[in-house]
Amino acid sequence: MTNKILVISLIFYFLFLSTLAQDNLLDQLREEDETEWNTPTSTFKAIRLINGHTVETRKKGNLEFLISHRFGRINSGAYQFFGMDQANMRLGLDYAWEDWLTLGIGRNSFNKMYDGFVKISLYQQSKGKIKLPITLVWLSNASINTIRRPEIPMNLNRRLQYAHQLLVASKLNQKASIQLMPTYIHRNLVRERTDPNALLAMGAGLSYQITKSIHLNIEYYHRFTEQENGNTHPLAIGVDIETGGHVFQLHLTNAQQMTETGFIPSTKGDFFNGDIHFGFNITRNFQLKNTRPARK
Amino acid sequence: MKNCCITIFIFLLSQSLQAQGHKTVSGEIEFFSSAPVEDIQAVNNAPTGLFNEQTGNLAFLVPIKAFQFPKSLMQEHFNDKFMESHTYPEATFEGKLSGYERERSGSQEVLAEGNLTIHGQTNKVRVPGNINFTRDQIIMDAVFPVKLEDYDIQIPKVLFYNIAEEVKVTVSFVFEKTDR
Repeated sequence: MTNKILVISLIFYFLFLSTLAQDNLLDQLREEDETEWNTPTSTFKAIRLINGHTVETRKKGNLEFLISHRFGRINSGAYQFFGMDQANMRLGLDYAWEDWLTLGIGRNSFNKMYDGFVKISLYQQSKGKIKLPITLVWLSNASINTIRRPEIPMNLNRRLQYAHQLLVASKLNQKASIQLMPTYIHRNLVRERTDPNALLAMGAGLSYQITKSIHLNIEYYHRFTEQENGNTHPLAIGVDIETGGHVFQLHLTNAQQMTETGFIPSTKGDFFNGDIHFGFNITRNFQLKNTRPARK
Repeated sequence: MKNCCITIFIFLLSQSLQAQGHKTVSGEIEFFSSAPVEDIQAVNNAPTGLFNEQTGNLAFLVPIKAFQFPKSLMQEHFNDKFMESHTYPEATFEGKLSGYERERSGSQEVLAEGNLTIHGQTNKVRVPGNINFTRDQIIMDAVFPVKLEDYDIQIPKVLFYNIAEEVKVTVSFVFEKTDR
């Protein structure tokens, strides 16, 4: 009887030893690893979808230089070299003051407009205690058009326009991201007496990864407050080509302007009638501050 | 009754045997790519490791997203384009350490042999390194090259970065005894 117990206990002992010898340290580590690294590294490749913003912001200390062009209408014929003879340009600088705060300025050749904006990251997808599958960014934009219009007395008030947007985006998987952009626009001066000063619009965008460095983008804004002048809704389709510090965005759009206060209310082209502008955005990123924690 | 005591004693003994494990209290992995255009260096302070000094078994777990780069965009590209950390969130090492004497103090040269998994690809590696037993801690460090090709890490064609085909990896870990 006593021997029996001894044998059993020895069997147990060796069993225990053998499990000990086979213990998988890696599985043990995986079990103990509590940190989560599931936050997507980027929802969109660039800080602009096409004409409007994406939820993407650069990290603290990054300066992004943007050169954007919209050429004339493609259907303007060979005489205008399919729009290439006319170009609107915007030069812009976006600076990430903090990870959550980006400030930007720009100058547009259209209406000789200056614009400035504040972009605030409110919530990052799957980050923090409450895990929501969306990223939220607030954008407030003010622009001042400085074009001389001798026919009407212009003052500062009349030149100002504002846009406010809530950008709601979700990275569905590694390839596809979607974004909704409820937008409020206020223009102090409008073209017609019957035009509303304030208007509401909803934008929708999609980005799809074709290869590791090329993305296809679609962007559309729909105005809910209708105007009488027959303006159209801005639609754009384009590709992003990413090459490290640069992103090249090439697109076709019926919009000619490059600020929210411009292209959302005042797009005139009919996309499906061939009133398409070829355009591009080129961004160059400069890391001005090294924000990595100092090495020990 | 006597046997019962022996059984309990043996169990306790085996419990104490298990307590020979060491766990990292701090770890740092750094990689360095030297290329004509730009030197790229990144640091990861989040790896964890376990070491059993009885058997020599050693394992490391490295979350890829924890690599920090001096340029934040570079970090994004590293995750999205090179390491594809959404699919392969971790790099691991699992193997055995040999050639050390527990009682010797000071730095000793050791050899780690085992499976290194990066980017979902596993390769058998032999990494020479150093180990140092102090009173409460075990300190390990090693420097070894990693060839991108061996781990099927592709450099996207349109990317302007100039990344070396082979990067230098420096690891250093401090272990302390665990109670378990």
